[in-house]
Amino acid sequence: MAYVETRNLQKYFGDVRAVDGVDLAVAEGELIVLLGPSGCGKTTLMRMIAGLEQPTAGEIYIAGERVDEDIPPRARGIAMVFQSYALYPHKTAYDNIAFPLEALRRARSFIRDAVQKAAGMFGIGHLLGRRPRQLSGGERQRVALARAVVRSPRVFLFDEPLSNLDAKLRAVARFELKQFQRQLGTTTIYVTHDQVEAMGLGDRIAVMDRGKVRQVGSPQEVYENPADTFVATFLGSPPMNLVEWSGDTILGFRPENFLPKAVFATDDGVVSFRLRVREVEHLGASRLVYGMLEERVRTDQPVIADLPVTIRTPIAEGEVYDFAVARRALRHFDARTGLGQYDGAT
Amino acid sequence: MTARRALRIVRRAILYVAATAFTVFAVMPFYWMILTAFKTNQDLYVGATDLSHVPWIFNQRPTLEHVKLLLAHTPYLTWVENTVFIGALVVLLTLIAAVPAGYSLARLTGRWGERLGIGIFLTYLIPPTLLFIPFARVIAMLGLQNSVWALVLVYPTFTIPFCTWLMMGFFRSVPRDIEDQAMIDGYSRAAVIRKIVLPLAISGILTVVIFAFTLVMQDFVYALTFISSVGKMTVSLGVPVALVRGDVFYWGSLMAACLITSIPIAVVYNLFIDRFIAGLTAGALKG
Repeated sequence: MAYVETRNLQKYFGDVRAVDGVDLAVAEGELIVLLGPSGCGKTTLMRMIAGLEQPTAGEIYIAGERVDEDIPPRARGIAMVFQSYALYPHKTAYDNIAFPLEALRRARSFIRDAVQKAAGMFGIGHLLGRRPRQLSGGERQRVALARAVVRSPRVFLFDEPLSNLDAKLRAVARFELKQFQRQLGTTTIYVTHDQVEAMGLGDRIAVMDRGKVRQVGSPQEVYENPADTFVATFLGSPPMNLVEWSGDTILGFRPENFLPKAVFATDDGVVSFRLRVREVEHLGASRLVYGMLEERVRTDQPVIADLPVTIRTPIAEGEVYDFAVARRALRHFDARTGLGQYDGAT
Repeated sequence: MTARRALRIVRRAILYVAATAFTVFAVMPFYWMILTAFKTNQDLYVGATDLSHVPWIFNQRPTLEHVKLLLAHTPYLTWVENTVFIGALVVLLTLIAAVPAGYSLARLTGRWGERLGIGIFLTYLIPPTLLFIPFARVIAMLGLQNSVWALVLVYPTFTIPFCTWLMMGFFRSVPRDIEDQAMIDGYSRAAVIRKIVLPLAISGILTVVIFAFTLVMQDFVYALTFISSVGKMTVSLGVPVALVRGDVFYWGSLMAACLITSIPIAVVYNLFIDRFIAGLTAGALKG
């Protein structure tokens, strides 16, 4: 069933466990995002799937075929887009896109048609005569994508392909990337440290930290039911509030669920907190309220509330207010292991 | 405002004066070479007795006499031939060794690459004037005394280390992503090197060719040590040996030889000067 699969995959650089036993199963046609902070092993994992790094241990399968031992990158049926785009500087855009087909020794007319088609797909047909240094960042990225598409690979590997674009272009490029991946239906593994990109693009997200996959799930799943405190704080901006509750439990709630008590219609199913407000930031569409809980075990736990502009309750710095969270929006984590505690209810 | 403008003009002027002085300094030997090569002997030597004689212009019509002497009465063309032959072989050997070695040091050996690279460069710093003594033993053991093959063997010992180091800098400037990309795009490492890495390092290869060839041309010590028959000499050895007879210097012919030899080099340098400088600085920054 899985189209790309890793089993207990490991990569050590000396004593550093870059990838530390990853089991990942990617379904055919799926776009899975490997998300994590820099140094979490996501790029190393992708490079092992590509065949650019030798695993220390473990197995990799692509389309049911074991590839980790003697199959070089060129024989794995993959295409990759690097963060730097890695265009060949001495070749024109046309020759860049044609290069993978030349490796397959295709007829010249076949190559010409395929390059034209791929270039047309990304709207760069008029740039084919230029060299990379004569292209803008966005154009380079399109050439790199066209080169990835041109030989119809089994799997796309994307290593932060949008991070060199400016913010405006990035949103458009993200949308286009998703469109064309849907169109082609090619299995795709996408590496990023940008959670917005991950949430927007991924059919599923694999959140990684220190060489391990912490959680795999749909964007909603990992956002709403984080498997542990790492995932809880890595996703979301601002991140999930975590507060010590009873001795062995950490309580988690998203800033957007942490609202003035007056907003809630009833006291039923609501847990309330007293909040001393330290600072209020007006961000246009919302207000960020920074404060300390004046509650229970400790009084020095910083939390953030994210109030949409529709909530007009006046809030002043230095004052104490009643805030609340709906019980179903609360998450419990084990204080020792950091693991989420879910029973049938969630 | 005007004061600042004046200051700027003065600064400019100083700059130009300095640049002109330096240019004159650099061009002077070449000018002297041309002058001496085509002056008649009378024009050349009269200054010793006649103090009113102006030495830096042609006082008599230029002559080809010295060039004729050089070409007809010395084996100058044979020396040129020897130099080109040895130079070409040394360049070839240097490329065969330094290009793969530079690539390996830049890419494949991890943290030892840098140290090995520096180690190789250090061997280049040992002066030839020390090395020719042990080399003489080696050459004698190999039975290559008085043979151009001795030079073909010896020159690469200093061209290869330096050129390896130079190529290492060039290969490092080729982004690794590009090689990875080409390997994913369907090529073996050998094909990647041939189709991507070498074309991108072409200025490095040109630098190596020019550098190795120039070193061969200007060497004197090794040629003097290993070659004794006039017919096997290189230009840099043959010219002074044949044209300095006892205490008589055939200045006109000596300078003609220098001139003829340096013109092709000067032309090649000028054609590739930008790439050559890029090469030297690329190496310098990365080492």
